Amino acid sequence: MARRRIDSQTLALHGVLWGLAVCAIALLLAPTVIVVVVSFTSGYSLRFPPPGYSLQWYQALLDAWQLHFAAGNSLKVAAATTVLSVVLGVGGAMGIARSPTWTARVLDSLFMSPLVLPALAFGLSALIYFSRLGLQVSMTTLVIGHTVVCVPYVVRTTVAALAQLPGALLESSESLGASRLYTFRRVTLPLIAPGVAAGAFIAFMSSFDNVPVSLFLRDANTDMLPIRMWADLEGKLDVTIAAVSSVLIGVTLVLIVVMERLTGISRRIR
Amino acid sequence: MGQAASGVAGRGASPLRLALPLTLFSVLFFVAPLLLLGMVSLFDDTQMTRMGLAQWHKLLGDAFTWRVLGSTLWLGVKVTALCLVIGFALAWAFVRCPRWLQTALIVVIVLPLLTSVVVRTFAWIVILGRQGIVNSVLAAVGWIDAPLKLLYTDGGLVVALANVQLPLMTLPLITALQKLDPNLQDASAALGAGAWTTFRRVTVPLALPGILAGCLLTYAAAITAFITQSLVGGGQMLFMPMYLYQQASTLQNWPYAAAISILFLVAVLLCVSLFNALGRLSRGLAPA
Repeated sequence: MARRRIDSQTLALHGVLWGLAVCAIALLLAPTVIVVVVSFTSGYSLRFPPPGYSLQWYQALLDAWQLHFAAGNSLKVAAATTVLSVVLGVGGAMGIARSPTWTARVLDSLFMSPLVLPALAFGLSALIYFSRLGLQVSMTTLVIGHTVVCVPYVVRTTVAALAQLPGALLESSESLGASRLYTFRRVTLPLIAPGVAAGAFIAFMSSFDNVPVSLFLRDANTDMLPIRMWADLEGKLDVTIAAVSSVLIGVTLVLIVVMERLTGISRRIR
Repeated sequence: MGQAASGVAGRGASPLRLALPLTLFSVLFFVAPLLLLGMVSLFDDTQMTRMGLAQWHKLLGDAFTWRVLGSTLWLGVKVTALCLVIGFALAWAFVRCPRWLQTALIVVIVLPLLTSVVVRTFAWIVILGRQGIVNSVLAAVGWIDAPLKLLYTDGGLVVALANVQLPLMTLPLITALQKLDPNLQDASAALGAGAWTTFRRVTVPLALPGILAGCLLTYAAAITAFITQSLVGGGQMLFMPMYLYQQASTLQNWPYAAAISILFLVAVLLCVSLFNALGRLSRGLAPA
């Protein structure tokens, strides 16, 4: 009797949780699937399901020079931001990882704080700061602003990779007479490379996707893709945006699968 | 003892000076601009010639400010609560799936996190629009005659934001639930506790650090989500990020926008400290 009661209870609990989990998966998948389907519409509105299918919006995409220009800028800024973030971030991570000192803890909080603070407030402060310094907004100021908000990802994944490094390896390399630099190049770097790569990838994606900093630091000459898309969506609900979105989703999916194979990115993102 | 302890902890530690370039960069381009932001909020006029507390008087004395701040913080609570319920179920189911399914699921969870937020928000415009899938299905079933207004409503915004932030909630929960010793749940059942009691008294408390970490990330992201708030919320609903942007960009009123930013920063910092304090308390309940 008692056995039965427990079983029906278990059944109810598991039913509720599995049901919600299926809803969650649907909720995660639906937007992606719907955008891709709508991008192939033969109509002129975002009606779902579409009245028919065609490639017309992808053709329209080929002529959308404003979007091309913005995408080019975004790629350039994201690439430069990634390089700068890796150079600064790996050094920063090496300096604070495995160190129990008070200074290292404070620096850790400093390096991570751009992740929690509202980036829009930082974007405004950066604009005021650069204009007070007499600097025009440009690609350079965009890269600096993006690096502030993207470098924490590199620091975080690199610190995690360094923490897993067996200390005995470094000691034996040293005791066998290797210099610090040689040990770094031949022992440390190959072992932390996947962590650094994962951080660099996340930094690249988040720079490419950045809105709050770009919103303040770009102008007509340095238009950025997410801002262009946002402005287009505010004005008119254009199906071309569905085509751009589908292209971005496709590229992101391929990159994630590649990065998962190379670095196990899903374990490093948490 | 001291020697041994420092030997273990300091093993493989690199010199702190390697962090010098990033420290300089952070001070120069992150700390300094934020300090300047605080100073700018202390100017009375938009030309920034007279110093004074006029902006702060205007901002803090205006009931409108508090309404906007209140609705922003409340929006975060609603989104976080919805995310927690479905995110917890998803994480709970995830750890019970076979390995191959977990691999597929993790891509499904991570993909939205790395997809452009404009793209994800755009999807919700398609879903919630007058000719969107929700209205099409409801009309096809015959439940409605005219399309419902779903876009630019509070409910639509909460669902869209919950979807955009769901991975941030789910990933820490998966980590927490994977660490959970299944023997504890078995022990609870063997001692006569029902499934709901075990869930409430064993599973949830042990996952508390993950829950708090997920809630912190989701909450901070939801209240600062400028794009989703502006596109799905529309013009009628004003939240802090848009308020800040309007004052800074459209009205070019930097001192007032700076004061709004500082107020928003302080509010976010208070929420973060609250979550962190709760996190420290909860750690006593969970396995390391």
